Amino acid sequence: MLVHLINGISLGSIYAIIALGYTMVYGIAKMLNFAHGDVIMIGGYVAFFAMSEGAGLPAPLALLLAIIVCTILGITIERLAYKPLRSATSLAVLITAIGMSYFLQNSALLLWGANPKAFPDMFKNAEAIEFFGAKISPVALVAIFANIVIMVILTLFTTRTKVGKAMRAVSEDKGAATLMGINVNFTISLTFAIGSGLAAVAGVLLCSAYPTLMPTTGSLPGIKAFTAAVFGGIGSIPGAMIGGILLGVIEILARAYISSELADAIVFGVLIVVLIFRPTGLLGKQIHEKV
Amino acid sequence: MKKFSKASTASKKAFLNYGIVIAFFVIFQSLVSTGNITSALKGQLIPIACYMIMAVSLNLVVGISGELSLGHAGFMSVGAFTAVIVSSAMAGSSDKGSLIVSIIVGALIAAIAGFLIGIPVLRLNGDYLAIVTLAFGEIIKNILNCLYVGIDEKGVHFAFNNPAALAMSAEGKVIINGPMGAVGIRKISTFAAAIILLLIILIIIQNLVNSRTGRAIMAIRDNRIAAESMGLSPMKYKMLAFTVSAAMAGAAGAVYALNYSTLVPKKFDFNTSILVLVFVVLGGIGNMTGSLLAAGVLVVLPELLRKFSDYRMLVYAIVLILVMLVTNNEKLKGKIDTFFKKLRMKISKGGRK
Amino acid sequence: MKKKLLSLILTGAMVMAMAGCGNTGAETGTVGTTENAGTEETAAAAAGDGALTGTLKLGVIGPLTGGAAIYGNAVVNGAQIAVDEINALGGAFQIELQAQDDEHDAEKSVNAYHQLQDWGVQAIAGTVTTTPCIAVSAEANADRVFMLTPSASATTVTDGKDNVFQLCFADPNQGSASAQYIFDNQLATKVAVIYNNADAYSTGIYQTFKAKAEELGLEIVSETTFTDDTTDFSVQVGDAQSNGADLVFLPIYYTPASLILKQADSIGYAPKFFGVDGMDGILTIEGFDTSLAEGVMLLTPFSADATDDLTKNFVEKFTEKFGEVPSQFAADGYDCAYAIKAALEFYAAKNGGLDVTGMSAEELCEILISVFTDPEFSADGVTGLGMVWDANGQVNKEPKAVVIKDGVYVGM
Repeated sequence: MLVHLINGISLGSIYAIIALGYTMVYGIAKMLNFAHGDVIMIGGYVAFFAMSEGAGLPAPLALLLAIIVCTILGITIERLAYKPLRSATSLAVLITAIGMSYFLQNSALLLWGANPKAFPDMFKNAEAIEFFGAKISPVALVAIFANIVIMVILTLFTTRTKVGKAMRAVSEDKGAATLMGINVNFTISLTFAIGSGLAAVAGVLLCSAYPTLMPTTGSLPGIKAFTAAVFGGIGSIPGAMIGGILLGVIEILARAYISSELADAIVFGVLIVVLIFRPTGLLGKQIHEKV
Repeated sequence: MKKFSKASTASKKAFLNYGIVIAFFVIFQSLVSTGNITSALKGQLIPIACYMIMAVSLNLVVGISGELSLGHAGFMSVGAFTAVIVSSAMAGSSDKGSLIVSIIVGALIAAIAGFLIGIPVLRLNGDYLAIVTLAFGEIIKNILNCLYVGIDEKGVHFAFNNPAALAMSAEGKVIINGPMGAVGIRKISTFAAAIILLLIILIIIQNLVNSRTGRAIMAIRDNRIAAESMGLSPMKYKMLAFTVSAAMAGAAGAVYALNYSTLVPKKFDFNTSILVLVFVVLGGIGNMTGSLLAAGVLVVLPELLRKFSDYRMLVYAIVLILVMLVTNNEKLKGKIDTFFKKLRMKISKGGRK
Repeated sequence: MKKKLLSLILTGAMVMAMAGCGNTGAETGTVGTTENAGTEETAAAAAGDGALTGTLKLGVIGPLTGGAAIYGNAVVNGAQIAVDEINALGGAFQIELQAQDDEHDAEKSVNAYHQLQDWGVQAIAGTVTTTPCIAVSAEANADRVFMLTPSASATTVTDGKDNVFQLCFADPNQGSASAQYIFDNQLATKVAVIYNNADAYSTGIYQTFKAKAEELGLEIVSETTFTDDTTDFSVQVGDAQSNGADLVFLPIYYTPASLILKQADSIGYAPKFFGVDGMDGILTIEGFDTSLAEGVMLLTPFSADATDDLTKNFVEKFTEKFGEVPSQFAADGYDCAYAIKAALEFYAAKNGGLDVTGMSAEELCEILISVFTDPEFSADGVTGLGMVWDANGQVNKEPKAVVIKDGVYVGM
């Protein structure tokens, strides 16, 4: 039971970091960035090649490189595909994001082939850790730790810094934010940059925990993390964390005690039940309609 | 007088759609019977018709009722697997009879699923509604992955998540085998049947849209509170659109399933739902003609792109993004409009010379 | 309205452009046939002496994009090597190869099959994966097109279809052979099985393994499943560990297997692992720490480290051309092309020559069926010597048991 719980929290932590990217972008640009999962995959490939024999970078540098590449990628995607559609309907943006997701996946397929790559073990020398008689893999602990650190930094960033406050202002009311002298376009680009940088971190963690890397690696975790973001209340940073961890724990427990085939159905079932009782997610803001 | 002219444009539009479908049928049927068609295109005629049904039925929800649904393929799979069971149970009957009964039962079961799912879904709004439809689509896929159906002389046996529980006699045949899906499906769909179904569905949708009910649905879409204060029940009308759309997707699924000898639940995942949504958005929200044309073009497009071999899906993605940018970005659109205007002027000038 | 018009024009233009491409494609097709006409003359000259002549249009269908792309690409590359070899001989018999993508989807696979028909395909080496294969084989059976599938191993692929043959083992054989092997060599007392129940291949082997294990009295203490998208195996491996299994049977492909080995290692669980032919390829995953696979046993018809000349030649050419070690799927693709060639030669020798140029797929189908079901016919390949087929279309060849030692296969 304890093992499953910790494994669930670890998986959930990875979901949470991915969900942060969704939730921040949604909060500000009000769009579902379906290509986010594929940015994760790109991050994984960048780190993989950085650490492979040809380049031979140490793990922290590889992570840094992945973050830089994904950040640039995120900003580029935003500029090329999403910015021109700022005033378009949300559906048009959604379809563009899906197109972008196909584009990234198929580019990866052409560039790096379909064969799965085994992600190198970053914690090779670390032994499994005994924890009340349960054996926990080191990656699981790193994922949980990374999640907590990221969450704290982001919360401080959005509440304490000027740029962070600008971000919240834009998500609250774009028009008013512009009037207050906030550069909306810059803020949105910055959000994409942060979200994509986080995607790189999530990509490296995901591939370390489940070391197989394919062009489709990011799709399913992307959808799950998106679910987690909605679960916690989309647009809310602590919501993404809670949603992600709950989702991971439910998934692992369902797989262990009920049925591995129905695990995903149970996860989505819980989501539906939560949304029925709290229509904007666990920590989402209740919006009251004005007549 | 004004009212009359309005009605006539609506019916003109409706007849345009019937015309398109009938022309589609006549042209391709004659090509098939004279043998002037590539087998690639011939093999796609039934799926094209099915995707057209999927597109117009999703447009009823997304365009007319104004709710973003990301799980439309789920209803298609309900109809598809129902049709597989029904057609196998009717193994002795004629192909035509089995097909008609399969479509009707498939549509009915999909309608029931749509109604049940609509109860929680339609209480939500906007993106939350969208994610819940996505969730239901995935749940349907997961449940079908655990479904085992067998048939023997005693009748149809069902089992859930445990193929051994089918308890079949020695002569029994498994028709749906969990995640491995159905095999040995009777291939009884015909192009003509698919087109007739498409026509019936278009008639239903267009008459619904132009009826009192249809106007109520659109009123709720445009301003829910105003409509509510006029005494319209949003839940009732949204539910109507959602259920009808689900039934149609089920019927499309039935025709689709009976065109292939095998079928797996995974076929109807999130990606298929998105595919159909792309038809609707590219064709124009609420525009049935657009849905028909977009479905036709976009189903054939990846096949035509086969010449690009490995670059095929990449080209598809780029086309998708470019079309969205061009049709939705004011600046680009303006530029292209002026380009066409200039072109037109040049042509007309040239004509005068 | 303008907006819609515009989008229509745009898509319209796109389609026109595509149609344009289609035309050029057709033209190159014609050029191809004129070339063939040249070979036809030589063919006519050579006919009558039991020789095989002409150009065969061989189609391959498999997933070249999407999640299962690795299998399709391996088969196509393997078949390409074989075709290149055959054509490089410069003999009167040549093969034109065309591969079509099916994205591991039945609908797309049938489309791909029709595309090949438009090209004038005469025989098909495919399809690669099981579900699409069932859909395509139904069409091919009605149209009378010969199919030799390199890797679709479910019995439903060949059931009731006289024109469909398998080059790989049918699933049931592997399961019972594995159980027998584990029992005979007393490898374990408590066995755990982890299998993919969304996969006909994996489930098929599991079912026969279980039946055979029960018959032999082999105790199965843990049975867990996963599906295609699973990457987290903590539950499955944990279950095997807590039930004290000393051998884990993995009737699965090597990608999930690599994850299972990694998971077991990370929690310090070290049972014996026993795999089937899908496990082959685990050593070739780029970046995989092969020490994790140390001691893994598997039954496989193909091993890239075999020292016979056939295998050495194939592995060398494949590695040179594609920069990677061929997997079992590549070997299957390679053997498919050669098996079809061998069958045609067999027929030609018996019937005083055969010219395949322009021969209809139906005609060729009957010829190939008659040869493949001929008890005298056997084919040699890198996945087995003296392969013979029964009337159901299933192949009969010997699996080899190997164990991984110091990162290479060693015969057991």
